[in-house]
Amino acid sequence: MEQLLDDVLEMYGYDFSDYTKASMHRRISRLMVLDRFPSFAEFRYKLRTNEDYLKRFVEEVTVNVTEMFRDPAFYATLREQILPAIASKPFIRIWHAGCSTGEEVYSTAILLKEANLLHKSLIYATDINPEVIKKAKDGILPLGYMKDYSENYIASGGKEDFSKYYTAKYDRVKINESLLERVIYSTHNLVSDSSFNEFQLIMCRNVLIYFNKDLQNKVLTLFDGSLENLGYIALGSKETLKFSAISGRYKQVGKDKIWKKQKEA
Amino acid sequence: MEETKGSIAKLILIGGSAGSLDALLKILPAVHPAFRQSIVIVLHRKFSNDNILTGLLSVRTKLKVCEIEEKDIIRPGYVYIAPGDYHLLFEKDHSFSLDDSEKVNYSRPSIDVAFQSAADAFGDSLICILLSGANADGTEGCKYVKEKGGVTVAQLPRSAEVAYMPSQAIASKVVDYVLDIDGIIDFINKL
Repeated sequence: MEQLLDDVLEMYGYDFSDYTKASMHRRISRLMVLDRFPSFAEFRYKLRTNEDYLKRFVEEVTVNVTEMFRDPAFYATLREQILPAIASKPFIRIWHAGCSTGEEVYSTAILLKEANLLHKSLIYATDINPEVIKKAKDGILPLGYMKDYSENYIASGGKEDFSKYYTAKYDRVKINESLLERVIYSTHNLVSDSSFNEFQLIMCRNVLIYFNKDLQNKVLTLFDGSLENLGYIALGSKETLKFSAISGRYKQVGKDKIWKKQKEA
Repeated sequence: MEETKGSIAKLILIGGSAGSLDALLKILPAVHPAFRQSIVIVLHRKFSNDNILTGLLSVRTKLKVCEIEEKDIIRPGYVYIAPGDYHLLFEKDHSFSLDDSEKVNYSRPSIDVAFQSAADAFGDSLICILLSGANADGTEGCKYVKEKGGVTVAQLPRSAEVAYMPSQAIASKVVDYVLDIDGIIDFINKL
């Protein structure tokens, strides 16, 4: 597996060497079964010789499972504590790092809209994977998911009629353009790309679980350098900033996986 | 937690679905308080609130019960509960990884995924125990565990609230020992 990842780095510049071994191993085995490779050697050969296949590799070895208002309690805290704390800023910048197909971006946009902050906000939505960025931009989702998402929305404290945020057509829905016009999409590789702005809130949920500790520290340091004083970092429900390289300047907000950057001493 | 590599001798990995909580509530209190191996529990459940399950189990045993956070090092004498809504994976340095990829066997965590990953990391130091359930999850995992030299145990189907899951594994001939609850308790305490 190391050889394969070396190939991908050397030939295409994607560095997966600091991804967690167990997960990468599982993703690669899964992809080999899906695409019916009889041997590892043939899989490696295809990847070395076919640049189009690299796209598929990047798309499939990275995990792109997401949902709207995932962990409703987290979104309740965002709505009740975090957005009010940054509401007085003349201009709000939020970074969704590892935004996948955009479901959490839409969720944040809805919260901003309901707090009457969307007009003065910009959400930067980035992912390593160009294919998921395309999907996120389209804002099209299967209609069948909307029941669960609506329940999540209500559980997160949403009081509006959730269906007003999209238009249904056949078996799909389209998220309202008015929610998406304050979102800027871009590819960004947390492994190799640097900071590009300063934010009041950085959300990176269920991305660090795929990185080893060294890479986690590197990425958290990147976030720290991209966050204003008194800004917030939000992680996934099983991730932590504790024990990390930047933990000294951060204080956890209640029990949620949200940390506030403290003023420099 | 500590940065040091874990130093556990054996890993006991228990997978369960419908009806398995009852079995666990009998097994865990009977595990000797001085037990020095590590126990990891992977259950299917509807809600991802892990505190309830951890609370339920921790009041019934002297062993330390904790919910897994990603990168936690596996330590002897601990009982670990896999969080809901993530697959549980194992690293060769004896730490946990979590993965929120697609469900397997309609489940996340999937018992197959946990068993297979643990087999890669622990080989013949792994003992997997499959409890009551209404799903075929666990059978593929048991097969892989045996290939890697580990030991597999299934709950005696007629002692299980829902026999389907252990029965599937037994029918696929991937189980070394078929034991009732008392048998499982004895088996663990003798490790």
